[in-house]
Amino acid sequence: MTRRTLRKAKNGIFLALSLVATALGLACLAAILWTLLSHGLAGMSWNLFTQMTPPPGGQGGLLNALYGSAVMTLLGILIGSPIGVLAGTYLAEYGRDSRLSTVIRFINDVLLSAPSIIIGLFVYEIVVVHMGHFSAIAGALALSILAIPVTLRTTEDMLNLVPIGMKDSSAALGAYPWRTTLSVLYPAARSGIVTGLLLAVARISGETAPLLFTALNNQFWSTQLNAPMANLPVVIFQFALSPYKNWQDLAWAGALIITVTILVLSISARVILALLQAERGSGR
Amino acid sequence: MENSGSETDTVAIIDPRHAAKQLIYERIFRAATLSAAILVLLILGGVALSLLRGAWPAVSHFGFSFVTREIWNPVTDQFGALAAIYGTVVTSLIAMLLAVPAGFGIALFLTELCPPLLKRPIGVAVELLAAVPSIIFGIWGLFVLAPVLQRHAQPWLIAHLGHLPLLGGLFKGPPFGIGVLTAGVVLAIMVLPFIAATMREVFDTVPPMLKESGYGLGATTWEVMWNVVVPHSRVGMVGGIMLGLGRALGETMAVTFVIGNAHRISSSLLAPGTTISSAIANEFTEAVGDLYTSSLIALGLLLFLITFTVIAAAQAMLRRLERRGFAV
Repeated sequence: MTRRTLRKAKNGIFLALSLVATALGLACLAAILWTLLSHGLAGMSWNLFTQMTPPPGGQGGLLNALYGSAVMTLLGILIGSPIGVLAGTYLAEYGRDSRLSTVIRFINDVLLSAPSIIIGLFVYEIVVVHMGHFSAIAGALALSILAIPVTLRTTEDMLNLVPIGMKDSSAALGAYPWRTTLSVLYPAARSGIVTGLLLAVARISGETAPLLFTALNNQFWSTQLNAPMANLPVVIFQFALSPYKNWQDLAWAGALIITVTILVLSISARVILALLQAERGSGR
Repeated sequence: MENSGSETDTVAIIDPRHAAKQLIYERIFRAATLSAAILVLLILGGVALSLLRGAWPAVSHFGFSFVTREIWNPVTDQFGALAAIYGTVVTSLIAMLLAVPAGFGIALFLTELCPPLLKRPIGVAVELLAAVPSIIFGIWGLFVLAPVLQRHAQPWLIAHLGHLPLLGGLFKGPPFGIGVLTAGVVLAIMVLPFIAATMREVFDTVPPMLKESGYGLGATTWEVMWNVVVPHSRVGMVGGIMLGLGRALGETMAVTFVIGNAHRISSSLLAPGTTISSAIANEFTEAVGDLYTSSLIALGLLLFLITFTVIAAAQAMLRRLERRGFAV
């Protein structure tokens, strides 16, 4: 009987601990969101979206940083996602079980979790050193390298979900694989691939480390791609660590904007995926 | 009607010009996808090569002593990576010590205890924690976590553990708030969702039959977990832990905010330190002189080698699991 109580007690203790661990994890998320809201909402104003980043103590907003982040994220996706989608197509449709594909899948998964600061150094070495100065295009390239693994992975997974019968039907009509891929597989996997793009945007829009020494930062309005460009993450980094109150307030406001954007993107990606799975499940 | 129709169709399909054009398109498309796939390999190779080239001046100047010396003095052009390596390893170890048990707990809760209704929301919440960008963890760690640790946790550690014979040295000195310990805690929170998610996926691959057999013998939930599920998913768990470790080792922004950026090795975990990635993030744009820049790139090369090894090992383990027939 005592042995039984002992086992039960042990069970109870460990299950309680697992409950505590889950509560702690959720508490961290809640604490972070609460801090962002309480600090960030105070700094929210129309000026954020109409004025440039100010000098210490002055009035200003984040317009140039928001613009720069949008431009570089968009460019990063425009450069990175076609590569990711095409490579994912190769793995799913042409390579499949070849040794090359196995290696590429492996390397891609390594790139997926590689430290982003390394990618920043890489782009610094191959672009910034040769151009002689920091530039928005270097920042966009760094971001595009981070976008490739995400889109590659989702594209391959989503193409593999397309029922084999659709591919066979297209082939039976005499279509070459390229025609099947473009006219049958891509449309069938469209929402899945779009999800991959959303996840890639979510991944790169908050990245700071790869931009530090590629795009650098710019206190002023600039639309030139071959010049340093302001961007939200680096502005947050510099302003948060500054001793000036107005800079710190802007950093919090920027942090709130970036987090809300990314969480909305991740949640919509998840919703699309859930809908997709429900559709697949009922279709069978 | 069928006769004439099918005849023209056949003619259209085997029209040699049409077929040749199709074949050309096919070749172009195939080549495009193949070159995109190979580009992924080239990127990794390019990263390694460019880091090697950038690091070469420092490597040839300092030789092997680069990784064994603690000194980091831009004024006299003396650079050694030991303090940064030490900081990287210690912060990651602290993170793993905290995050592995907690991640295990969350995975256990989600697979065995959680009411089905809550499974999805809690799972999504944990994944959202993974989506929060690292700079947000940094700013939160600096302005919220560090003061809390400084006021409450660190004085307690100093008072209660500071006098212990062996461990005591780790908890000596004034409570700075920012420092190695705080960086480790922030890292733990960051890698927690990755570890929890991988462990949960691995636990889900355990055949229900095995668990039911355990319960059938009268085992408690914990006993089934510890004696059936854990042994069965050992490889996957280690893979998930190492994936988390790879992230912790390379994490930059969150650490840069709270580590304190001091190029020295302190016996106390409460003292400021530095890591490879935070040193690069802090100093790279301000580095003057080729040797300084090159030394920072050499740090990057070290980080690349360390994280590549860890992540590759983790992937290999998770793959071994897949090949055994369980999807991860």
